[in-house]
Amino acid sequence: MKFRSFTFLIIASFTTLFSACKDDADVTTPAAGTLDIEVDHLVGSTPLTLNTGTYTTPLGQQFTVSTFNYYLSNIKLKKADGTEYAEPESYHLVKESDAKTKMFTLTDVPAGDYTSLTFTLGVDSTRNVSGAQTGALDPTNGMFWTWNSGYIYTKMEGSSPQAGGNKQLVFHIGGFKKPNNTIRTVSPSLNGATIQIRKDRTPAVHLQADVLKMFTGPNPVDFSTLSNTMGGSNSVKVADNQAAGMFRVDHVHAN
Amino acid sequence: MLRAVVVRLALVGLAGLGLVACASEAEVAPAWDVPGTTVPGNFPAPVYATSQNPPTREAFELGRTLFYDPRLSRTGDISCGSCHQQFVAFAHQDHRVSHGVDNLLGTRNAPALQNLRWRSEFLWDGGAKNLETMPLAPITNPVEMDESLENILRKLNADARYPQQFARVYGPGPITSQQFLKALVQFTAALTSSNSRYDKYARHETGGELSATELRGLTVLRQKCGSCHAGELFTDETYRNNGLDRTFAADSGRAHITGRPQDVGRFKVPSLRNVALTPPYMHDGRFRTLREVLDHYSGGMVESGTLDQQFRRTGTSPGISLTDDEKTDLLAFLQTLTDTEFIQDQRLAEHR
Repeated sequence: MKFRSFTFLIIASFTTLFSACKDDADVTTPAAGTLDIEVDHLVGSTPLTLNTGTYTTPLGQQFTVSTFNYYLSNIKLKKADGTEYAEPESYHLVKESDAKTKMFTLTDVPAGDYTSLTFTLGVDSTRNVSGAQTGALDPTNGMFWTWNSGYIYTKMEGSSPQAGGNKQLVFHIGGFKKPNNTIRTVSPSLNGATIQIRKDRTPAVHLQADVLKMFTGPNPVDFSTLSNTMGGSNSVKVADNQAAGMFRVDHVHAN
Repeated sequence: MLRAVVVRLALVGLAGLGLVACASEAEVAPAWDVPGTTVPGNFPAPVYATSQNPPTREAFELGRTLFYDPRLSRTGDISCGSCHQQFVAFAHQDHRVSHGVDNLLGTRNAPALQNLRWRSEFLWDGGAKNLETMPLAPITNPVEMDESLENILRKLNADARYPQQFARVYGPGPITSQQFLKALVQFTAALTSSNSRYDKYARHETGGELSATELRGLTVLRQKCGSCHAGELFTDETYRNNGLDRTFAADSGRAHITGRPQDVGRFKVPSLRNVALTPPYMHDGRFRTLREVLDHYSGGMVESGTLDQQFRRTGTSPGISLTDDEKTDLLAFLQTLTDTEFIQDQRLAEHR
C-alpha cells in the first residue's frame, strides 16, 4: 500500500509538473472529491440485530442471524453524459459485526454530478483465482473457500426452527463458474437524486441491505428444504434473489 | 548452458574457499542458485512465471523452512513434508490416503509435488486454482493439518526466528497471510523435475540413452496412453473417469467442484514423471504396483455413465488393448521418468 501511494505521489508530481508547463489560462485540472458510502442492515423493515433479533419470512418461518458479511466491489459512478468513474482496487468487505466496515470512503472521485451508482455483490472472477491477496480479499477474513478456490460473496448464518437437522442456517453464496456463477452487479436507483462530487464537500450515499431479500423474490426460500448452501445451484437462486432487490438507496446526502 | 558452467565454476571456486576458511572458523555459505528458476529445454512455458514471485535464495529458504515446519498443523506434528517426501518425489510412501493430525486418514492419495509451476489447477478434483492459495486446502482440511491461517500467522509472529526471516525478505512489520503464502510458493514452485533419463534423451544430452525395450515402451505410451498422459509433462491436465468404479458415492471427484453430473467419477490425469517412485496409485491409492495399474487399463475397467470415451471399444469391454510385451516395454520406459537428481537435490531437503 505504501508503495502504491508513493507511486501515486510520483505520478501526481509529474502531472503537476507537466500541467505547470502548459499555458496557465487553459489549465482546468478537474477537482476531485470524496464520497462516503454507508450501509444499514435491515430484515424487512426492522434493523438487523445479530443473534438476539428474531425475524419471520413471508412463508411464516422464524429465523435469527448470527453472521451477515458480504463483498461490495467494483464500485462505479456514472454521470448523465455517460462518463464513468470506477474506484480502483475496489473491494470492500462489509460485516454486520464490525460497524467500521459499514462505512467507507471513495477518494479522488472526479468532481461532477453523478446520476447512477453501480457495484458488484461479490468478487470478480479474476480475483477469485489470482493467488494470495491482501486487504478485504485477505483469506484470513474467513471469506475464502480453501477446497474450491474462490471467495464467499455473501456469508449469512443463523438458525431457524423450521430448518432441518441441527436447525442451522448456512448460506454461503459464492462461485464464479457457469452455470453456478453467483456474481451479481446491481445499480440501485438513486430515486432521482444526483451525487454531487465537489472539492470541498463530503456527500454520502446511504444504502440499505435487507437480509430478508435473500429469501424472497424470484426464488422464495423455504428453510425446511433449503437451509444450507455453499455454492452451486441453490446459491444461484439466492444470488438471483439478492440481485432482485437486496440493496436500495435510502437517501443521498449532498454534503 | 553457459550459465550453468559459470555456476559450477563458482561452486568449485567457493568450495575451495570454504575448505580454506574452515581452518579459520569463518562461515562461508556455499554458492547455489534457487532450483527451478529456468524453463527446461523440453518444457512448455510455465503457468506461474517466476516474475509473479521472483525467486531469491532467502525467500526460497524461508519457504523451505515453512514446508517442513510441523507447526503449520493444529497439533504441531504434521508438516507439508510429512505427506510429501522428497525421496518419493514429494508423494507419500506406502500411504493409500493422506495421514493427517490425530492419525486421521483422508480420502485421497497425496500426489507427487513436481513441476507445479506448469499447473493451473491443483488437487485430484482441481478445486485449488492458484499455486499460492493451494496450501490453504490441506492446511484447513480437518483430516489433514486442521489449522487456520489466522492461527498460523499467530504462531509465526510469536516465533523467535520467523519475524526476522520474513522481515529480511518482505520488510518490517507483522507477517501477513500474503507473505506466508508467497514464501511457501518460493519452495513449491521450485520443485522442478526435469532431469530424468528420459529428459536427457528428449534434449539429446549425454546420459540420455534409452534401451530398445525402453524406446518401444515410449512408442506404446505415446500411441496408447498419450491422449491423456500427453506432452513432456505427461498429462493433459484434464479430469477423466478411468473405469475404477461403477458408482462414486465415496468421492465424486471433479463433480465435487463443478456440481455437474457429467463430472462424477472424473479425477485429474496425473503426470507420469517419477511414477515408479510414487506408489500406491490412483486418487484413492488402490493399486500397489504399476503392473496392477496396467492390468487395470488392459482388462480391469468397469462401466459407468461418465467413463471416458478414450476407453470405449466396440464389441468388447472398455480398456486399452495391451499385449504382455507392450506392458513389459511400458514398465521399462516408465522407469526412465525417474529423476534421481530431483529426489537427491540437497537444496530441496529439510535443513534443521
